[in-house]
Amino acid sequence: MPEPGRARQLDRAATLAAWAAFAVVAGLFVWLLADVAWRGLGALSWEFLTEAPRRAGRAGGIGPIIVSTLLIVAVAMAVAAPLGLACALWLSEYARLSPRAGRTARASLDILAGMPSIVFGLFGNALFCVALGLGFSIVSGGLTLACMALPLLIRAVEQGLRAVPDDYRQAAAALGVSRWTITRQVLLPAAMPGLIAGLVLGIGRALAETAALIFTSGYVDRMPNSLMDSGRAMSVHVYDLAMNVPGGERHAYATALVLVGLLLTINGAAAGLGRWWLARSGVRP
Amino acid sequence: MKTVQLLMLAVCLLCATSSPAVLAKEKLVVTGSSTVAPLVSEIARAYEARHPGARIDVQTGGSSRGIADARAGLADIGMVSRALKPDEADLLAATIARDGIAVILHANNPVQRLSDTQIAQIYTGAIRNWKDVGGRTAPITVIHKAEGRSTLELFLAYFKLAAERIKPSVVIGDNQQGIKTLAGNPDGIAYVSIGSAEVEAEAGTPIKLLPLAGIAPTTASVKDGRFPLSRPLNLVTRGTPTGLGKAFIDFARSKAVHHLVLEQAFVPVD
Amino acid sequence: MSPSTRDRLATPLLATAAVVATAVLLLIVAFLLRESQPALEAVGLARFAFDPSWHPAAAAEAGHFNLMPMVAGSLLAALGAVLIAAPLGLLCAVFCADYAPRPLASTFRAVLHLLAGVPSVVYGLWGLVVLVPMIRALAPPGPSLLAASLILALMILPTVAVLADAALAAVPRELRQAAAALGLSRGRTVWSVVVPTARGGIAGGVLLAGGRAIGETLAVLMVCGNVVQVPDSVFDPVRTLTANIALEMAYATGDHRAALFVSGLALAAVVSLLVWAAQGLERSAAHA
Repeated sequence: MPEPGRARQLDRAATLAAWAAFAVVAGLFVWLLADVAWRGLGALSWEFLTEAPRRAGRAGGIGPIIVSTLLIVAVAMAVAAPLGLACALWLSEYARLSPRAGRTARASLDILAGMPSIVFGLFGNALFCVALGLGFSIVSGGLTLACMALPLLIRAVEQGLRAVPDDYRQAAAALGVSRWTITRQVLLPAAMPGLIAGLVLGIGRALAETAALIFTSGYVDRMPNSLMDSGRAMSVHVYDLAMNVPGGERHAYATALVLVGLLLTINGAAAGLGRWWLARSGVRP
Repeated sequence: MKTVQLLMLAVCLLCATSSPAVLAKEKLVVTGSSTVAPLVSEIARAYEARHPGARIDVQTGGSSRGIADARAGLADIGMVSRALKPDEADLLAATIARDGIAVILHANNPVQRLSDTQIAQIYTGAIRNWKDVGGRTAPITVIHKAEGRSTLELFLAYFKLAAERIKPSVVIGDNQQGIKTLAGNPDGIAYVSIGSAEVEAEAGTPIKLLPLAGIAPTTASVKDGRFPLSRPLNLVTRGTPTGLGKAFIDFARSKAVHHLVLEQAFVPVD
Repeated sequence: MSPSTRDRLATPLLATAAVVATAVLLLIVAFLLRESQPALEAVGLARFAFDPSWHPAAAAEAGHFNLMPMVAGSLLAALGAVLIAAPLGLLCAVFCADYAPRPLASTFRAVLHLLAGVPSVVYGLWGLVVLVPMIRALAPPGPSLLAASLILALMILPTVAVLADAALAAVPRELRQAAAALGLSRGRTVWSVVVPTARGGIAGGVLLAGGRAIGETLAVLMVCGNVVQVPDSVFDPVRTLTANIALEMAYATGDHRAALFVSGLALAAVVSLLVWAAQGLERSAAHA
């Protein structure tokens, strides 16, 4: 046991390290955001948010692109959330009965997390667009993104489920409550923070993804009429304007700013939704 | 769980009320080069404005995708940012624009011109320092394009270099990446599309274009054929195009879209 | 529906979800195998390791297909990223959980969630325009292994931080209370009690983040330099397998295209090895 003086020194070092990490990361974020804002803020306006793009995106706005993005993310989460939640539940509660299956599932999810986004794009194209006949469409993009977001989502939800002490499960079992009821009434509400974190990470990943969407939801910048239409996502638009369209940089950064703003809104809504759910089910966080 | 049921209802409603693009009487799918895509997108928009009911979907994925999709029938038209190769004789190409290729230096670089031999020597590593061509004492950062790109192949062909002999310091993909890399490196040299370089230079990016064989690198000199290094931008089809495909290709080659071609920093063909 | 029926229905349903999630990987591997078939036959595995260089051509005989320098590039870039992001991310999570006042912690958490959603091309552009010239001032040419690792670290840090944060939140309150009752200082509580308890979740977060680092394509493409070589120093340019696929896929045909899919398989193999090693470590730590 180190003597008190040394212990206090170590303690102070630990506090310093934590604050330093915060300062470095917060500083980098501010730097990045300031850079994007400086380059793109001038192009932001109400017309930019609502009009269609003109002159290959150098003029006009990103209205249809925002709509396409929201639809793609909605499809992705609508598929990934229930699937991920169910899978996380199985891994956390039922995999104990078949540990090897649990390990295989976990390993395959971890490996999935390491696949390059361009491979997801080409795979999504081959499976959803060609083999399943969905073509370049918002649905194809959403399904591909769901595959990409799954590992993150499942991991985050599992964390949340692990937070529930085993005594709860044992007590409920002792009371003769069915496993499903335990899951619904006890585990799910307690796993809510993990689920929210997972959704937020998943949505973030979905919004940030470019290469996978180029090959699945596509390049068309028209306002989509249905989920089967091709629709350009904001990240694809940013990429195109920055890399393929000479003189498109300003609008690229403006679109990136809108994307960050969108993510802020979605994150805030998700957190709010989580708090409302928790309050409703009477569980104190 | 009422919330879940509400959500599912919303999803079902969304799917039910949306109908696929059967609304459009005629649909065309165009895939291929991401260099050509912005131009073809704008041409498509102009065409759709003149012919309501027509829908032209433009997708990217690269020139090789354009060729593959046109062959396999996955796309009606392929976009290719180069001339067709001998083993692609089963496809028909229609050139809609030309794109010149210029060697660019940083604006702060005192060197004003380089001969063909000097450029070749720089790229093969025979000349490594700017002082050997009349510039500062600084090692040259050679910026080179990735294999397979038509810009690279034309560059190699013109300077009579073999791919393996090039000694690059940095390899880049798109023109914009090359321009941005060069803009941050006063000791760099790169070769990119003339149009992109012109637009960026005008916008204030610190780059300058070098004349090649004494010819000034402008879209004008590419247009009248004096500039020696340029590539065609093609729309390819399997067999002679008919119907909407033919109408669109004819429109893309007409004078009506010349301003669109110029806006995208390419050179219209007559 | 009686509770026991619900139970009996729930189990296979949940198991199906797990099967579907697992199947995605199998489908992707099958897809990669199908597309790389021509190259595996025409070029052969040995050439991917022993050819003199990477100068691919559409016909196998005409080109060289050595993937090894790019494998090294991918591994080194990801390793550098994890070495930077893991400690930093953990510190950020600990900061949010134990050191920061509540409002600052929630703001910072929101910032981390936000960073996770910034498109990779924005990170790449910032890296190219801001970071690379700074590195160039230290050692030309600028685009380098260091730039790649730094940008990757910035991109994966939110993942590490958010998942580590969730893991720390999962530590039972009683443990912290017990530590306080024993008179342990905050530093001791955090680093000797809470973090070791959460290490499974933290390690999982680091693993996922490492996977993301290996799989990142666009941002790395812009800052790594893309020269196919095994680097001598962190200031040398490298090419990762992902950047290679993104660079060349648009123009590749024939055996070249199939060779790119082989590099996708190589990536999958590398990641599998890492995951297997990590699982082995986890199991031995559990028994320790």
